[in-house]
Amino acid sequence: MHILVDKPMSRREVARPGVSELGAREISLTIPVAADMEIVATAQASALGEFIQMPRDKIDEVKLAIVEACINAFEHAHSRDDRVHLTFRVGREESGPEFLEVEVLDQGEGFEHLSVEIPSPEKTFEEGKKRGWGLQIIRSLMDSVAITSGDWGTRILMRKYK
Amino acid sequence: MSEACKIAVERRGDVAIFWTDGYINNQGGEEIARQAYSQLDSGARALVMNLEKTRIVNSIGISILIEVLEKVMDRKGALAFCNLTPTIDKTFRIMGLAQYAAIYPTQEEALRAVAPAG
Repeated sequence: MHILVDKPMSRREVARPGVSELGAREISLTIPVAADMEIVATAQASALGEFIQMPRDKIDEVKLAIVEACINAFEHAHSRDDRVHLTFRVGREESGPEFLEVEVLDQGEGFEHLSVEIPSPEKTFEEGKKRGWGLQIIRSLMDSVAITSGDWGTRILMRKYK
Repeated sequence: MSEACKIAVERRGDVAIFWTDGYINNQGGEEIARQAYSQLDSGARALVMNLEKTRIVNSIGISILIEVLEKVMDRKGALAFCNLTPTIDKTFRIMGLAQYAAIYPTQEEALRAVAPAG
């Protein structure tokens, strides 16, 4: 199993799957590995973001992060069940702001995320490496990101504060 | 649920203005590229892309827009984007598109910027 916390979880550790945090509300959704299903997943994030009155631009950032996480799963995971499982949580930290948290889980073959080449505009434009931006975009848009991967699959857990 | 990106194009002299409506993914990006290449082949010197009605461009869509940009640069033309949401603007900057293509708040500013000097 590989664990990488890309950005430190501020104030508290992020909620584990299935564990409510200070009254966190949780919704689960399973989507098939199929074209445009990532957009179905973003609709759920919109609804929950609006529920906690998260600004629209922040909701858009969460939606794009979900899109990128789902596309990564669709393209690279080779999931055994041909599905991607998402869990959405909204909650509030003990003395902090409300958050929207999304877990994207696939039952694929996992990957060595520490060895994933970090993209750059120079590589994109000068070396023609235009793909491989998904994780970088997710890290840039979300406040905290944790990736866990192994031969059981990959879990991306990401949180955005209101 | 259809999220196909709709694209409208209008030619004004040697400038082609694109309006997108909806999610720009690989299909949306490829359709934009197809129409952009068609405009370039028919003599367009500059492309202005108004993304006012698009709220998500994924990384595949952006990679295709970068290919369009490279083709425009090869032909010594100009490509300008306008009316980007803050998230799209941020993503364009993350991926470096903003280093090579101009981004303007409004279509009028983009059109003024790509107009021939003099």
